[in-house]
Amino acid sequence: MARSTINRSEPDEHGHWGEFGGRYVPETLVAPLEELTREFAHARDETDFWSELEQLRRDYCGRPTPLFHAQRLSAHAGGAQIFLKREDLAHTGSHKINNALGQVLLARRMGKRRIIAETGAGQHGVATATVCALFGLRCVVYMGAEDVRRQALNVFRMRSLGAEVMTVNSGTRTLKDAINEALRDWVTNVRDTYYLLGSALGPHPYPLMVREFQSVIGREAREQILAQNGKLPRALVACVGGGSNAIGLFHPFIGDEQVRCIGVEAGGRGEAAGEHAARFHSGLTSGGGRVGVLQGTKSYVLQDRHGQIANTHSISAGLDYAAVGPEHAYLRDAGRAEYICASDAEALEGFSLCTKLEGITPALESSHAILPALRLAKNLSSDDAIIMNLSGRGDKDVQLVADVDLTVEGDESHR
Amino acid sequence: MSRIAEKFSELKRARRGGFIPFITAGDPDLATTELLLVELARAGADVIELGVPFSDPVADGEVIQRASERALRNGVTLCDVLDCVARIRPRMATPIVLFSYFNPLLQFGEDNLAREAQRVGIDGVLVTDLIPEEAESWTKKLREYDVDPIFLVAPTTSDARLARIVSQASGFIYAISRAGVTGPRADLSNEAEALTQRIRKVSALPVAVGFGISTNEQVKSVWRFADAAVIGSAIVAEIEKNKSDPNMLGHVGNFVRDLLRPGEDRHS
Repeated sequence: MARSTINRSEPDEHGHWGEFGGRYVPETLVAPLEELTREFAHARDETDFWSELEQLRRDYCGRPTPLFHAQRLSAHAGGAQIFLKREDLAHTGSHKINNALGQVLLARRMGKRRIIAETGAGQHGVATATVCALFGLRCVVYMGAEDVRRQALNVFRMRSLGAEVMTVNSGTRTLKDAINEALRDWVTNVRDTYYLLGSALGPHPYPLMVREFQSVIGREAREQILAQNGKLPRALVACVGGGSNAIGLFHPFIGDEQVRCIGVEAGGRGEAAGEHAARFHSGLTSGGGRVGVLQGTKSYVLQDRHGQIANTHSISAGLDYAAVGPEHAYLRDAGRAEYICASDAEALEGFSLCTKLEGITPALESSHAILPALRLAKNLSSDDAIIMNLSGRGDKDVQLVADVDLTVEGDESHR
Repeated sequence: MSRIAEKFSELKRARRGGFIPFITAGDPDLATTELLLVELARAGADVIELGVPFSDPVADGEVIQRASERALRNGVTLCDVLDCVARIRPRMATPIVLFSYFNPLLQFGEDNLAREAQRVGIDGVLVTDLIPEEAESWTKKLREYDVDPIFLVAPTTSDARLARIVSQASGFIYAISRAGVTGPRADLSNEAEALTQRIRKVSALPVAVGFGISTNEQVKSVWRFADAAVIGSAIVAEIEKNKSDPNMLGHVGNFVRDLLRPGEDRHS
């Protein structure tokens, strides 16, 4: 049983990290959330639970995923050695399977036969549909109409796996609206349904639970970098939508104060409100995030001055969300993690560089972390290492990138 | 004694079931909201729940979601809702409960909101996504300004939580008739009566039952065991259906009178 012994950054019993987190939900959902909290607390202390999960991680997901020394990207940067944590090689093609597997084991313990989930890019939906197929459970996935359009391949994958994909036409028709619909479903079918939330978001215990299931990324990466490079990295870099891949990588390093944790948000196509999903960047003209409550948790939220949730934009569906996981908000305000953003154009450039130099096609979400990682590496010595989380593979995005390339052909102002 | 408490003791003395309609402020526009408040009071409302529109109403079904969208398209803000109550107050004595999601209130500021609520004549505030565990400072603030904090209880609420919730509440307890979002259902769930009885064991506060109530029969059946019936989506749907009809107010008034007919049945 490889469990984190780091006691830093633990929430209180109600799921608060400082002023962030907590449980802001309709009363009907309190009972199932309490039930889930109890079940998770029991499971967390049981060797059998973790050994079943470990076995599935190894035999079903192909873990541990490799830590790959990206020599050509490192040479391109001309500084520190860049290591890629290859979550794209996990079963279903992204880190989302880590959380889906952990939670489906909980759902089974609780006797729930119907699983619901939300999805943005479709990776969490695919991971959930996959574990439901594995255990013969009914699966319903909510997905915004805009995301259904831009992630058609994943919609097909989910349906092939036997999941019912519900297109959400309300609001901005993206991840946020998919979560709203999933919450409405849960509040209605609360007694027989398990809500398998996909990121380190939402009401307690989800942010804590998702982090615990994703921390396998950072635990493996820490052992791997020590084995391969003989010392801890100077920095970790990961994209942040809700923030589950980032918190999974960061968490096991939180006690290593010399290791910088850098999250990369979606800078979108501009600084105006509605053009990005950079919650931490209050410097942006009018769209910076403030502390607020969205979908069950208190965190940084993009909103107007009246508290209405702002529209967001990102080329990547998985980062296109108005709030950020509460633990990230806490780590940021505590000065333990830093958050920067990368634009759509920078993500496309990262996508192309990684594909051409390493033969690895990253998801557009993960692509946001590439240029920031290169810039960081450039200012470090060649003895140093940084780890970038390659959280998912980019097959799902190839069509979208091809369409963008066609659109901008001949348009030199693009970059 | 608060205006809400007075209203419920008046109902009790008259041995009459209470009626609490809900509308979304600014749907279809603020001027109409003012007229609707007066019309609802005239048609028999004992307390009125006034909804603050929110971009992400997770506890609401499609009817109230659309009402919220219409109001937001008109740019309606919490300040506008407060102003609307301030304007109507001199013409109307019916208690008003502000019904909101937490974020707009949080951005307005707890202290500001409690003070403004008292100033404009709001009698209670119900926050859909604020449970007692997160509501301590909030409840204290409201009490400081003599505004009743109203809380929801659900069929899924345990007895232990029920005791905790009623200890923070005043005015009345809002019992959710069934697990689910707002919106009409064919039958009134029998969970509502069981829940009301559980509340009675731990609290002397009046109990209002809501979620899914849309017919005269359902209202009468709620009155048999609870102090008041809350009707939201059915009224909001009536507003939506008639929103371009010059006689919309008349239609809504008639719809409400029909819900409450015949008068003698209100005696329990």
